[in-house]
Amino acid sequence: MSGDGTPVIEFRDVGLTYPGPPAVHALHPCDLSIAGGDFVTVVGPSGSGKSTLLNIAGLLDTPTHGRYLLDGIDTTALSASHLAALRGRRIGFVFQAFHLLPHRSAQENVELAMVYQAVPRRLRRLRAAAVLDRVGLGHRAAALPTQLSGGERQRVAIARALVAEPSLLLCDEPTGNLDSATAASVLALLDELHRDGMTIVVITHDAEVARHGQRTVTIRDGVLSDPARHRGEL
Amino acid sequence: MRQGRSIRGRSRLALRDLLSEAVAGMLQRPARAVLTALGTVLGVGSFIAVLGLTATAASQIDTRFNALTATEVGVVDVGSGNAAAPALSFTEDAEARISRLNGVQAAGVYWNVRLGPEDGVRAAPVGKANGADAQTQVIAASPGIWPAARAGFAQGRGFDDFHDRHRQAVAVIGSATAARLGITTLHTRPAVFIGGSSFTVIGILEDVERKPELLMSVTVPRSVAERTWGTPSGEGARMIISTELGAAGQIAEEAALALRPEHPEYFRVTPPPDPRSLRTAVSDDLSQLFLLLAGVCLVIGAVGIANTTLVAVMERTGEIGLRRALGARGIHITSQFLAESTALGLVGGLVGTSIGTVVVVSVAAAKRWTPVLDPATLAVAPALGLATGLLAGLYPAWRASRIPPVEALRR
Ligand SMILES: Nc1ncnc2c1ncn2[C@@H]1O[C@H](COP(=O)(O)OP(=O)(O)O)[C@@H](O)[C@H]1O
Ligand SMILES: [Mg+2]
Repeated sequence: MSGDGTPVIEFRDVGLTYPGPPAVHALHPCDLSIAGGDFVTVVGPSGSGKSTLLNIAGLLDTPTHGRYLLDGIDTTALSASHLAALRGRRIGFVFQAFHLLPHRSAQENVELAMVYQAVPRRLRRLRAAAVLDRVGLGHRAAALPTQLSGGERQRVAIARALVAEPSLLLCDEPTGNLDSATAASVLALLDELHRDGMTIVVITHDAEVARHGQRTVTIRDGVLSDPARHRGEL
Repeated sequence: MRQGRSIRGRSRLALRDLLSEAVAGMLQRPARAVLTALGTVLGVGSFIAVLGLTATAASQIDTRFNALTATEVGVVDVGSGNAAAPALSFTEDAEARISRLNGVQAAGVYWNVRLGPEDGVRAAPVGKANGADAQTQVIAASPGIWPAARAGFAQGRGFDDFHDRHRQAVAVIGSATAARLGITTLHTRPAVFIGGSSFTVIGILEDVERKPELLMSVTVPRSVAERTWGTPSGEGARMIISTELGAAGQIAEEAALALRPEHPEYFRVTPPPDPRSLRTAVSDDLSQLFLLLAGVCLVIGAVGIANTTLVAVMERTGEIGLRRALGARGIHITSQFLAESTALGLVGGLVGTSIGTVVVVSVAAAKRWTPVLDPATLAVAPALGLATGLLAGLYPAWRASRIPPVEALRR
C-alpha cells in the first residue's frame, strides 16, 4: 500500500457515456477518491452503473470524460499495452461468475495471474501455493473448479487476484452467486485482507454486504453520491 | 515493494508459456482436436504419398532405363503396306548406309522367316528321325546383327559379310536350340535342316543382350533366306542399331533418311525412351490430379481449423476477458489462438507425414520396389501442416484480440 498519502483511486470528473444511439450516460461525471487501505462498497440497483464504475477503476474501460489517476499515475493518455501492464500488476479482480478456467486446477488458475508478468515458473508455483494457503485452500490446490464448492471457487478467484500483489482488489458482486452462509465466509476473508492493509472496492446490490465496508458509495442511474464528499463539503 | 515497478514495463508472455497454453487449449477438447486435424492429415498424407509414389515409380524407370536401352535404336519396315514400295524396304547395303552415320557402332537387319507347314527345323534330312520342330523360329539376319545385338558365342562365331555375299548356307543357333537338336560340338561340322535345305552350323550362341529370342532360333544370312524363302511377309523386317552413348537420339532422327533418302516414310524409327519424358509422363497426369486433391484436402483442413478456432474463440470469450484482466495484451490473445491453430496444423502435418510414408513404403513393398522419398519432401510436409494451421488461425486469432475486455467479461 502507498504510504505517502496518494490515493489509490482518484477520479477527477470521470464519466462514461455510451454513444448509442440512444446515448447512455452509464456514469455521470463524478469525483471519487479511495485511499490505500480503504474498504469501500458501492451499492445501487441493477443497471445503475456499478460495473461501469468498476471497469473504469480496473482499466478495463476508458472513461469518455475526466481523468483517472491510479496510484497517482494519470492513466488518461496511456497506451493500451501500458494499461494492460498496469492492470496486470496493480489490480486484482474478483468476479461474480468466478471466471476460473474449467480445465485447470486451482493451483494453475492462480498461477495464470503471473503468466503475463513473466514470473519464472518455480516462483509462480511457490507463490500460488502460498496464496492458496492464505485463503484456506492449501489442501485443494490440485482440484478442478468443478470439484470445488461455490465458496471455494470464489476463494480461488480471490487467491488469483491477490497473487500478483496488487494495490487494489476490485470485486464485482463477489457473493452474487453464493448462498448466504458461503457469502459470509468470503466476506470474512475480505475483512481479513482489509485488516492486513489491502485496498478493497466491493460492488453489490445487497445492503447486508454493503455494511462490511468502511465507507459506502451509492449509485443510482449513473449518478454517484459519496457521503464522504458530502461530509467534506459540509 | 511497489516502488520498483515502472509503468513503462509491459506485460510479457514467455514463449514457453505461450506454447504450453496452446497445448493446453488443444488438449482441452481432444476429440475435437483430432477431427479438426483430420483435413490436414489427409492433405499432407496425400501430398507425401503422391510425391513418394511418383519418385518411387520414377526410380523404377531409372533402373530399367540403363545404358543398354539408351544406346538402342529400332527401325521397322512399314513400307510393305504401300503398293508402290518394294517387298523389302531395307536395301542390301542398308547396314553400310547406317554404319556411315556418326556414333553408330553396329547395325543389323533381321526378320522372322515364315516356313511352310511341312518345313520344320530338323537335325537330320527329311524322312529321318528327330521329327520336325515347328517351334524353332528361323530368323534371317544381316551379319551386323551379332555386334548390334551384343551376342556372345559359346562355340564358333557369327556369319560375316563373306557368308552373306556368297549366299553360304550357314546357320547360327542358340544354345537352347543346340541342346534340343542334340548338337554339342562344332568339331563334327553339324548341320541343321530347314525344309529341304541343309545349313552348316558355324556358331552356337551363349547369350544375347539385346535380342534374347535369337537364343531360341536358328539364324541364317539374309541373302540365303531371300533366295530360299523370298522376302519377308507379314511382320516385315526390322533393324537394330547399336549406338554410342548419347548418340541414339540423333541417329534415330537420321536413320530413315540414310536408309532411303527418297522414301524415308517406308520406315518407322523407335528411339530409346527418354528418361525425362518417362518421368514427366508419370508425374504429369495422375500425380498432378492427386496433388490437386492434396491441395483441396489442405484447404478443407484449413477451413476446418479456422472454423474450430473461431468456435473456440466464441466459447472462450470469458477466458479472453479474464486474461485481459490479468494483464494480457491483445497480441498475447492473438498469439495464443494462433499458436493453438498452428499446433493443430503441425500435429496434422506430422500424422499426415507418417501415414503418407507408410502408404509409400507399403505400396513399394507390395510391388517389390525400393521406396524413394526425397528428404526435402519429408521436411516440407509437416511445415505444410504448420503453415495451414497458421493461415487458418489468422482471422479467428485477430478476432479474439478485438473483443473489448469489458464485453468479454460479461459472458
Ligand atoms: N456497451 C454498452 N452500450 C450501451 N449501454 C451500455 C453498455 N454497457 C452497459 N450499458 C448500460 O449502462 C448502464 C450501466 O450498466 P452497468 O454498469 O453494467 O450496471 P450495473 O453493473 O449497475 O448493473 C446500464 O443501463 C446498461 O444498460
Ligand atoms: Mg454489474
